[in-house]
Parts: sequence; C-alpha cells; structure tokens
Amino acid sequence: MGLLSFFTKSIPAELVRLPQGSFTMDRDGRIIVSTLPQSFPAARAREIGQTFLALFRSSQAANLPLAELVVDFPALRLKARELGGGAIVFLSPQGLGGKPRT
Amino acid sequence: MSRQPKLLLLDDEPEALELYRRFLSRLPSQPEIHTATSGARAIRLLESEPFNLLISDLKMPKMDGLQVLTIVKRRFPHLRTAVMTALADEQFRARAYAIGIDLFLEKPGTSHEITFFLDCIEGLLGREHEAGFRGVQSKTLVDLIQLECLSQSSSTLKIVHGPAEARIWIQNGEIIDAAAGDLTGEAAFRKILSWKFGHFEVLPAEPARPRTIQGSYQGLLLETAHALDEAHALEDPHANQAELPPEPRVAGSPLSEIARMNGVEFVIAASSREKPKCKVWGVENPDQMAEWMRETLHRFRSLGESLEVGQLNRIEGAGTQCQVVLAAFGEDELCVGFQRNLARDVLRKTMKNIFAKWAS
Repeated sequence: MGLLSFFTKSIPAELVRLPQGSFTMDRDGRIIVSTLPQSFPAARAREIGQTFLALFRSSQAANLPLAELVVDFPALRLKARELGGGAIVFLSPQGLGGKPRT
Repeated sequence: MSRQPKLLLLDDEPEALELYRRFLSRLPSQPEIHTATSGARAIRLLESEPFNLLISDLKMPKMDGLQVLTIVKRRFPHLRTAVMTALADEQFRARAYAIGIDLFLEKPGTSHEITFFLDCIEGLLGREHEAGFRGVQSKTLVDLIQLECLSQSSSTLKIVHGPAEARIWIQNGEIIDAAAGDLTGEAAFRKILSWKFGHFEVLPAEPARPRTIQGSYQGLLLETAHALDEAHALEDPHANQAELPPEPRVAGSPLSEIARMNGVEFVIAASSREKPKCKVWGVENPDQMAEWMRETLHRFRSLGESLEVGQLNRIEGAGTQCQVVLAAFGEDELCVGFQRNLARDVLRKTMKNIFAKWAS
C-alpha cells in the first residue's frame, strides 16, 4: 500500500478555518479588539464587520434603527451588537444540522 | 449518444490525480476521466464540455476547494460534486455540504476504504444515469408524481418546501396517503401541490402505511389542478385584463394573512425577478424599505459566498422600535417586522408559520 502515501500531501496548502470568537470594530471599520486566532485573515474579519456596520447604518437611514443582529448561514452564525457607531461581532461555526461547533 | 459518464478530477498534485484515475478507471460504468491541477483549469474544462461529476480536493493553493465548489455550484447547479480530502474536519464537511455538494469523502487509506470510495463514486454516477431526476427545477410536483405513478412505483416522496416538510406515499403506482403539517390525506395532497418550488427525495416505500386516499391518481391530480386554478383565479381576478394598471402594493390574501399573525407589525415581499414590484403591508415608506431589504439580503448573500458557508438562511434584527426578520426563498424576498417586546421564541414560532404560508 505504499502507493497510498500519495494521498497525504507533503506541503499542505492553506484552507481557512472559520473560528469561534469575537471582535470589536470601531465606526471607521478598524478592528480594535479580537479574540479570533491569527490564522483567520484580518481582511475576512473586516469584511464581516463592515457588512454589519453598513447594515446598522442603512437600517437607521430607513427609519428602522437596529441594535442587534443575528445572521444564520448553514455553516456559520454571526451575531452583532451596535456599539457607538461601531460593532461587536460574534462568530459561531455551525456543524451539520445547524449544531454549534467550535 | 454515449452513456459513458464524464468525470473531472481536481487536485493540485499530478501524482495523486494519476492514482485516482487508475482507481476510477476500474469502475463498472467506465467513466471518461479528465483531470485538472487547479481550480481555474477545472472551471475552464467545465465551461468547455458537459461533465457528470466533479471530484475536488479541498487543500489547494491559490483557489481552494471550497472556493472552486462555490463557483461551480453557482455556474453549473446541476453538476454533481464530491469532495475527497485528507482533512477529517467536521467544519469543512459542514461547509462543503452547505455549499451544496453531493458527497464528502475522506481520502482512502486502506484497500477497504478504496473499495468504499469507488462504490460511493459509482453510486453517484449511477444516480445520475438511472434516476434522471437531477435538474428538475422546470418540472412541477405533478410531473414527478405522474412519473412515479406511471412507472407503477412504490415509494415515499419526501418534499421539502422552505421550512415545511411533507410526504406522499405511493403504492404500486397509486397515491395512498399524504401528510403536510397537520393535514393528512387529500387535504394534505392539495396543500403539497399548491407549492411552487422545493426539493424532493424518493424514499423507500412503506407498504404498511394505511390507505386514506381512495381515488385514482389521475382523478386526484385533475381535481387538485382544478381547485388550484379556481383559487388562483379568485386571488387574481384581473389576470386576463390586459390594460389594467399594475397594483403591486395590495393588502391582498397572503400578506394580509401574514399580517394577522401574532405580533406582526409590517410585511414586505418582493421578487428579485421583478425589481420595481413589491407587496407591502403596514409600512409607511415602502420604496425605501423594499430597497433596504434587497440591499441587505444582497450584502449578506455575498458575504456568505465569500466566507463559503452556504446560502443565507435568515437575518434577525432587534431595535428600539421593532424586531425584524429578513429571508429569501429562491427569487422571493421577505421582510417581516414584529412588535419590539415580542418574546424571541414566539417570534421564531410565528416566523416558521410565516415561512410556510409564504412559501405556499
């Protein structure tokens, strides 16, 4: 079964794991505090945070100010709270069947 | 036309590809095997010719497997896809299934696992060739039921429509029972046939299921079709009057029913196919709100795609004035506002009913 060694890669390429954790973003879209591991790209976290900031702002503009949001995807749950123009965002990866998974 | 299935293998290691090719060439269906060492190359191949199955690795440089599968599922929604990876990780498994793959396999390490792997792939290719029910979006449930009945099948059709789930039991080509929520028998069958989209699965027959539907399937389908036509005509009395101006914002049947539900303050419904049109109830600034709903759903759908976590289920928001839930079903989008102090569990229960109502 020596041939099967081919199935294990010698130099694994990066595949981003979704972390469990949170981060705080200021009103200008900068991450202030984060409990996310360094392996999770900061650009991804910024993308998430800025999407929430945009939603908090657009809801205000639509006369429907929102202070708390929960966004459900099959493999990830995101929660965000508005914080003085910025936001705190929580990431919870979901397992199969929508069960929380670390 | 040749029935030899075409299979595309994607892995960044040429040696591994060659090994898979050798294994897979032993399959009874004798697939025509193509290989690609990068996601970009695989997508180009899929664009240039039709394939039955893509088997992709996850860990690859530049474009990883999840990225490739996200693009592939969007551009080739009918293509069967499988992941084969050395990553025994539940999160990646969940994310891959969330994207819509058919099969997630760990790379085989023993001869027994190789046999299992080959059986799974052959099964997947076999389903493609024998079942023939992939890409049924243009078919109605009536078509599917007729196919089952005409072929004198005995099976259980499981139908999932948004949050609603239903079953139709077929025995020797006759519909013997149906169940949808609290409804059973013919009432359930009529309810199921009023659904316009969803997923279905053919499960094994349940011969012990008691028969509650006595008529022939043709008669039942005909009666149900008439009932639906009549209901549709009542809902839209101007359907055949060509020159009438459109009245998209109506406090008409489905919305007003939703609006009567526990704690509901406003409802906005729109279709991404008909951008200017939306239906609203209880909203003071309908255009602005409809635009806000569309933008919000679009932003988070894009985020989900970028994070490779599957299609957006829903967004729940709470503010000083009210609570709000946004969701999309295919091309239909829905935003429901609730009283600010409505308990979260009541809201979720009501929302479940609303999804079921809206979906039907």
